[in-house]
Amino acid sequence: MSDVAATVAPPLPTAAEKLRFFSLWVLAAVALLLLPQIFGSGSSLTTFSLIGISIIFSLSYNILLGQTGMLSFGHAVYYGLGGFLVIHAINIIGANKLPVPLPIVPLIGGITGLLFAVLLGWVSTQRSGTAFAMISLGVAELIASSALILRTFFGGEAGVSANRTKLLKLFGWNFGPQIQIYYLVAAWTLIAVIAMYALTRTPLGRMCNAVRDNPERVQFVGYNPHTVRYLAFCFAGFFAGIAGALAAINFEIANSAYLGAAQSGTVLFATYIGGIGFFIGPIVGAIFVTFLSLGLSDLTQVWQLYFGLIFIAVVLFAPGGITGLFMMHRPLLKAGTLLRVLPSYLVALVPTLAMLAGLVLAVETIVHYTVNPGDDSHIKAFGVGFDAASPSVWAMSLVLLIGGFLAARRTWVWVGHAWNDATSLAREKGVAT
Amino acid sequence: MHPSRRNPGADASSNFSGAVVLELIVISTLNGILFGMLLFLMASGLTVIFSMLGVLNFAHASFYMLGAFFGFQTSRWLGFWPALLIAPLLAGAIGAGVERFGLRRVHRNGHVAELLFTFGLAFVIEEVVQIIWGKSPVDFRIPPSLDFSAFTIFSTNYPAYKMFMLLVSIAIFVGLLVVLKKTRIGLIVQAALTHPHMVAHLGHNVGRIFMLVFGVGTALAAVAGVIAGPALVTQSNMAGLLGPILFVVVVVGGLGSLSGAFVASLLIGLVQTFAVSMNGSLSGAFGPLGPAYAATWLSDIWGVTIAQIAPIVPYVLLVLILIFRPMGLLGTRDT
Amino acid sequence: MRKSMMAALFALPMLCTGAIAEETLKIGYIDPLSGGGASIGEVGLKTFQYLADEVNAKGGIQGRKVEIVPLDNKTNPQESLIQAQKAIDAGVRYITQGNGSSVAGALSDFVTKYNERNPGKEVLYFNYAAVDPVLTNAKCSFWHFRWDANSDIKMEALTNYMKTAPAIKNVYLINQDYSFGESVRSAAKAMLAVKRPDIKIVGDELHPLLKITDFAPYIAKIKASGADTVVTGNWGQDFSLLLKAAADAGLKVNWYTYYAGGTGGPTAVKQANLNHQVFAVGEGIPNLDNPPSQEFEKAFRAKYDFSLFYPRAVNEMRMLALAADKAKSVDPVKVAAALEGMEFEVFDGGKGYMRKEDHQFFQPIYIASLGDRSEREPFDEEKTGWGWRLVAKIDTPSTVLPTTCKMERPN
Repeated sequence: MSDVAATVAPPLPTAAEKLRFFSLWVLAAVALLLLPQIFGSGSSLTTFSLIGISIIFSLSYNILLGQTGMLSFGHAVYYGLGGFLVIHAINIIGANKLPVPLPIVPLIGGITGLLFAVLLGWVSTQRSGTAFAMISLGVAELIASSALILRTFFGGEAGVSANRTKLLKLFGWNFGPQIQIYYLVAAWTLIAVIAMYALTRTPLGRMCNAVRDNPERVQFVGYNPHTVRYLAFCFAGFFAGIAGALAAINFEIANSAYLGAAQSGTVLFATYIGGIGFFIGPIVGAIFVTFLSLGLSDLTQVWQLYFGLIFIAVVLFAPGGITGLFMMHRPLLKAGTLLRVLPSYLVALVPTLAMLAGLVLAVETIVHYTVNPGDDSHIKAFGVGFDAASPSVWAMSLVLLIGGFLAARRTWVWVGHAWNDATSLAREKGVAT
Repeated sequence: MHPSRRNPGADASSNFSGAVVLELIVISTLNGILFGMLLFLMASGLTVIFSMLGVLNFAHASFYMLGAFFGFQTSRWLGFWPALLIAPLLAGAIGAGVERFGLRRVHRNGHVAELLFTFGLAFVIEEVVQIIWGKSPVDFRIPPSLDFSAFTIFSTNYPAYKMFMLLVSIAIFVGLLVVLKKTRIGLIVQAALTHPHMVAHLGHNVGRIFMLVFGVGTALAAVAGVIAGPALVTQSNMAGLLGPILFVVVVVGGLGSLSGAFVASLLIGLVQTFAVSMNGSLSGAFGPLGPAYAATWLSDIWGVTIAQIAPIVPYVLLVLILIFRPMGLLGTRDT
Repeated sequence: MRKSMMAALFALPMLCTGAIAEETLKIGYIDPLSGGGASIGEVGLKTFQYLADEVNAKGGIQGRKVEIVPLDNKTNPQESLIQAQKAIDAGVRYITQGNGSSVAGALSDFVTKYNERNPGKEVLYFNYAAVDPVLTNAKCSFWHFRWDANSDIKMEALTNYMKTAPAIKNVYLINQDYSFGESVRSAAKAMLAVKRPDIKIVGDELHPLLKITDFAPYIAKIKASGADTVVTGNWGQDFSLLLKAAADAGLKVNWYTYYAGGTGGPTAVKQANLNHQVFAVGEGIPNLDNPPSQEFEKAFRAKYDFSLFYPRAVNEMRMLALAADKAKSVDPVKVAAALEGMEFEVFDGGKGYMRKEDHQFFQPIYIASLGDRSEREPFDEEKTGWGWRLVAKIDTPSTVLPTTCKMERPN
């Protein structure tokens, strides 16, 4: 967490820094425009749209978790409610032929999310920490269960559907084809990311960080932590509503799964694995988790187990997430001492990979025997075929697992030494670590 | 096309006689107390773990599930009575291991990280159970020595196994009380319930006590699993069904208060069991809404029966308590 | 020089797979293959793979080998749409699915919109188990075909049977509180009122879906009502826990169910020791006096460790082959035109047909009870020793119901 708070107020940016900053955003916009030219298939476009939606959702979640220190187990409520209201809005707009084109519709979702966050937020944010987590869980379960009772609004288990092509056409686009939906999602993703980044740069954003770190001191300084948390909660709800609206537009259906615990869990996974201490953390996490959940289920039957294990590994060994891991190397890069650690990484990679391979082999073999006992024992996992019934495979997996673990432990000690060397060298050079 | 939903209960000839209503009340009370005691077995472990370690163990219901599955597998090989002993010991050992190698590592990263660790653990345990035992329910049977009916109330047989469950829960509760009030370790745990830092300052081996407490807490949940397994369905989604209710119990009772957990468990157990058997609804009491309101959200709320909202009642209770009495009913500590 | 060689090397497998791709008819199987519904999804997948092997052994469909492409939808409508898109990108033009009417509704909607927006690339959706009547009524689609008798048809068959069982006097309805449970109870009440007005509905209960852990209070109410028959659409743990509680309380009634034959059902019935007191309505049982289906069942069980849960999948696959032969093409539009109205000798014997108005398949429906077997019942269920015994066969004409479908046909 200390990475985010600087020790001294930074000086105003120079012209070169400003140029670098703005060109980053322009580059991002250009990349988004060009992406479909490189990967043009239907499922690639769907994947990109989903990643965009996930990025907005994860960033909105990080307003709560990373910036204000509020762990919520029920953020999907605002996502889902935004989605539902947008489906109803599309149906109403289409039926009455109102002059509202589709690109404006996500704003309706955002306002819905904001409205419900305003309603439920004051009470939710009275406490923080474990109590807040529990109340968010309770509220989420409450609303998710009500979804099955209030059938006219939520449509029961089947949900409600809409036809997005029935709205006013914009520049000849009726938003039927997936490429047009991709551009819609990409545009909104860019807008939302810029908006949320701007939020972190405002005094409110800084006070959120303060509330996360030391709420008592915030009171001494004259701010009410409850109000700060409430405002953060409302912003988070707004952007979550936009994400839900885009999801509803993409799938043309909204059902109670949008509000459920699984959806809240997924965004928590994505944000945390990406890294809650940095702004781009959730973006990285969203991309990673979306690819994982789409691709992993094709490679192995027990992808959920691997998902959970990855999450636990991140919590235990890399609490800063993927981004945190990379950012740890930034001071070394600045001091030029990065090359000192790289060889030890390479050496440690081999037994670690061996250990992981052994683990995967063991898990897939056990799965074959417990889940598909009658099947042919020649199974495939992660694209690699092997015979689950042969004892040599069992022996190999044990050797890889145990041997890999023992060897990896030694090499990781080595990595630790290399890190100490590099870090102290960097400090000597005057780079803060 | 189907007609708009009307209140189903009101159509039935629900003119039950007084004896029938009394029978329903007695059965529901017995079942409610039973369910409450089961909840308390789990909630007691959770409360003690939270009080001492400061971490709300998201995976507590998963240990309940592990207890049920270990009990099932052991009863297959050795019989039910050995399973009653072995399964909780096994689950408790796993719990102690989780504390020693997992939680202690994560502790330095703060409470959020601890909560997330137990969250991930719950997920992984469910997956592993699914891999080993499958996703369908397993055939965990009531032991033949207990498979008879204890007594007959009005016209319903009350199974002896349920009385056994009640007896075991009460025995454990009494045992817990004795340990806490009369033994040295119990004194330490009691002290740590309200002043954990002081206990550490007094020189007790906090690490070993933590491991013990976590192990015992999860073993208690596992005992609940072993005895509930034959009565309820033993399936890999058990943890997900009971988990949220467990948190409601602990929060409503007051984080850190065992007696609060006891009261809340019984309360929620009774409320849920009674709510499920009641068919009252606004439309039943006040008559149906006019046809102009049919197929609107108002008609949904008007027509819903108490039985249908029974699963939500605990969460409503949770939200109300957190608003009006955040310490819980008998809580002494703020979170 | 090297670059062009590399390019050629890469192009060669593309050409080959392209050529091979011409030879296979891909059927996308979209159902849960992980998580809670996976046990049922796996069973369906293996059934379809077995059927594909059977068709391929006879030379395939129109010279192409049938390939089943498994796609895990995690019992989630949104995930199903993603998988459907993936399938379409991989060249799949036939999708089949069955577990969950909410998924089915989303898929049917998606396929209809996709076909409308992408003429020439049409996709067909074969529904083998989602029984919400709305899919062939208000939300019917030309591109959707259903092989399972929907819940109203099953109730029609069941109530036609109950017309012939005067011993049934007091009926208690208990169902899960969602669209399927709702349609079971309303169809039961409407049809019984017409066919057996003397039957008293002594109870009508809707309980929360998959949330109840102890059905004892419900059993107490059933007992108190004096019912002799219970009609329920419960499945999964709602079914097994209900029977468990009934056994505990010593309740003696007959149970008329939809899904007593589902995974876990026979085990629950045996555990509750309800010998020939639990009835199920379905399109076929293994213990029918029909040699071809018994042969199939024997061979199927020899390969897999479970019984044939989906005789309707057999009908689906065989009718697809027949329709393709009739249309002399595997183009979905032509196959669809050949399928609708098709008459077919169904797997368990008897005549069925795919109604043109709503794409609902009608077939003989069987009422069977689970219990001790005699020599006429060679097959048992889930290794319990108990098997299905035929109680009544409702012929196809007696299962037909009108439809409100106003199908939009492509020109």
